[in-house]
Amino acid sequence: MISLEHLGKSYGVGEIKTEVLKDINLHIEKGEFVAIMGPSGSGKSTLMNIIGCLDRPSTGKYFFEEIAIDQLNSDQRALFRRYKLGFVFQGYNLLKKTSAIENVEMPLVYQGISAKKRHSLAYEALKSVGLEAYLERDPSQLSGGQQQRVAIARAIVTNPSLLLADEPTGNLDTKKSHEIMMLLSDFHTKGSTIIMVTHEEEMAQYASRIIHLRDGEVERIEDVR
Amino acid sequence: MFVNALFLALSEIRRNLMRSVLTMIGIVIGIASVIAMVNIGKGASASVTESVSKLGSRSLFIVPGQSKGMGGQSTTATPFELKDIEVLKNTIFSLEAVSGVENTTLTVLYADKNYHTGIRGVENDYLVIQDWQIEMGRAFEKSELRSGLSVCIVGKTVTNKLFDTGINPIGKKIRLEHFSCEAIGVLKEKGANTFGMDQDDAVLVPLKMFQRRISGSNTIHTIMSSVKKGIPLEEATIQIRRIMREQRSLSKEDEDDFSIFTMQALLSTISGITQMLTVMLGFVAAISLVVGGIGIMNIMLVSVTERTREIGIRLAIGATADDILTQFLIESIVLSALGGIIGIIVGLMISWGVSHVMDIAFIVDSLTISVALVVSMAIGILFGFVPARKAAEKNPIEALRYE
Ligand SMILES: Nc1ncnc2c1ncn2[C@@H]1O[C@H](COP(=O)(O)OP(=O)(O)OP(=O)(O)O)[C@@H](O)[C@H]1O
Ligand SMILES: [Mg+2]
Repeated sequence: MISLEHLGKSYGVGEIKTEVLKDINLHIEKGEFVAIMGPSGSGKSTLMNIIGCLDRPSTGKYFFEEIAIDQLNSDQRALFRRYKLGFVFQGYNLLKKTSAIENVEMPLVYQGISAKKRHSLAYEALKSVGLEAYLERDPSQLSGGQQQRVAIARAIVTNPSLLLADEPTGNLDTKKSHEIMMLLSDFHTKGSTIIMVTHEEEMAQYASRIIHLRDGEVERIEDVR
Repeated sequence: MFVNALFLALSEIRRNLMRSVLTMIGIVIGIASVIAMVNIGKGASASVTESVSKLGSRSLFIVPGQSKGMGGQSTTATPFELKDIEVLKNTIFSLEAVSGVENTTLTVLYADKNYHTGIRGVENDYLVIQDWQIEMGRAFEKSELRSGLSVCIVGKTVTNKLFDTGINPIGKKIRLEHFSCEAIGVLKEKGANTFGMDQDDAVLVPLKMFQRRISGSNTIHTIMSSVKKGIPLEEATIQIRRIMREQRSLSKEDEDDFSIFTMQALLSTISGITQMLTVMLGFVAAISLVVGGIGIMNIMLVSVTERTREIGIRLAIGATADDILTQFLIESIVLSALGGIIGIIVGLMISWGVSHVMDIAFIVDSLTISVALVVSMAIGILFGFVPARKAAEKNPIEALRYE
């Protein structure tokens, strides 16, 4: 589904030019659950942002189901994110002073789905993460684990082809982290593709493949199980 | 999407209610002053026009001397005499009525009451010119005018001051300082004139009597006349001028030593001043609208910076730059339109209050209201565009990283 060919990313020019990603070649199949690991500063987030169409590669090619993503303009990338992708961030990134259900409905608003359908889809998504009792709660009234579950509900409510999670358990304790990983696995077994960045070996074990990055290069690829 | 942006804008305004209200104040003041000014202006000019048509839109005033305005005539010019009025009456057929008018103020007494009021020496034609009816009693008789008998017609304000309720003033003897006269009529109430003076605060006496017993000379300082319907005032003015020049034996080289005014010329001067004032105040209002717009821009810029992370989240989730632009633009339009609506309400309340106090017509000008609404929305677009574009141009990654 995803194919990265000689992908590179650098910041700055001339003397201060830093290469964050160098010659990345990757293929990710539909239905895979891939974890990306590596030391801090190795370029994990940068790679995720490029795959997530939030950023553009400096060199190389990026195909997503035969679409040359590196050729898209910013509006086309926005539409691609809207209809194909779901994001889960380390810092939850929920809208403040906005109820859980409104947060989950937001991607559907941009898809132009009617209010009624939006509400029922958002309710189902929140139910699937076990938060049907917290629909009207403001993020500030929810624990970190609950906030991350709202964020997962928001990411899966559109039933995206690809779910991207950058350190989704980075701010949580082990027990909460496993709860979150269970939810992601659940979503994976229903047939979705997931790419997740993590620091924790334990969490990476939920994936089917682990890509190890070092200094912007793929160090090795490890198959789990 | 548009409806959603509208809801979003409203909830965002509610979320920062205090700030939104303060932001709107500039627009509220601007729109309120425009609405109040236009409505009060229209009300005032409607009242002026009404009183013009009521009180002699066809009347002409002749005063001795040349002056640029009313009231500033030179003292050296010779006043008129009764024969001037006779000649005008007999030679100019375009005039419906002609009357000499002499003015002074005196204290009038009846029983134990006294009141200081205007005394006016006039002829019956004066009532025609002023379109003034007699409510009780009668006008002067020819004999009373000719011989200057001590009779008088009393204005409503004066009767109210001198006579207790229930007393019929007709036939009562009123003292005008050192002599007395019999009240033969009471004038119908006229109210305040265009300049706010109480017209009923007057006592009318025969011109002859005024000359003999009050001024002690046979001079006349004002001639009032009204022009017959269908005849242009200019034509009558030319005729009067010719006759008066003859009467005062002016040679070809001499300039006029008298002036002819029309009520209308006077009022057009006033409405000119009012118009100029409106334009000036409108300018002030426009400035306050611009200031209000800048206030909106300022708050929106702050809001865009504060909500950088929200913008990042929305972009990640699939909002296009246009979606973000629309969201912030609609927010500023809603903000300024709300300010406009509040301003319209406040403006209408002010003009209602003023029209009540100043006793002028309360006019709601729907055109002004719709223009005000459109203008306030235009301000939202104009001053909301820069912040909205700033929001839309944000880089999603940087915006997401913003603390
Ligand atoms: N806008 C930028 N300009 C210059 N350098 C940048 C920029 N963004 C990231 N970098 C650099 O790119 C490198 C990789 O950053 P990235 O965020 O991808 O690392 P990471 O693997 O996600 O690290 P962490 O585990 O700490 O999240 C870092 O050295 C960082 O300093
Ligand atoms: Mg990172």
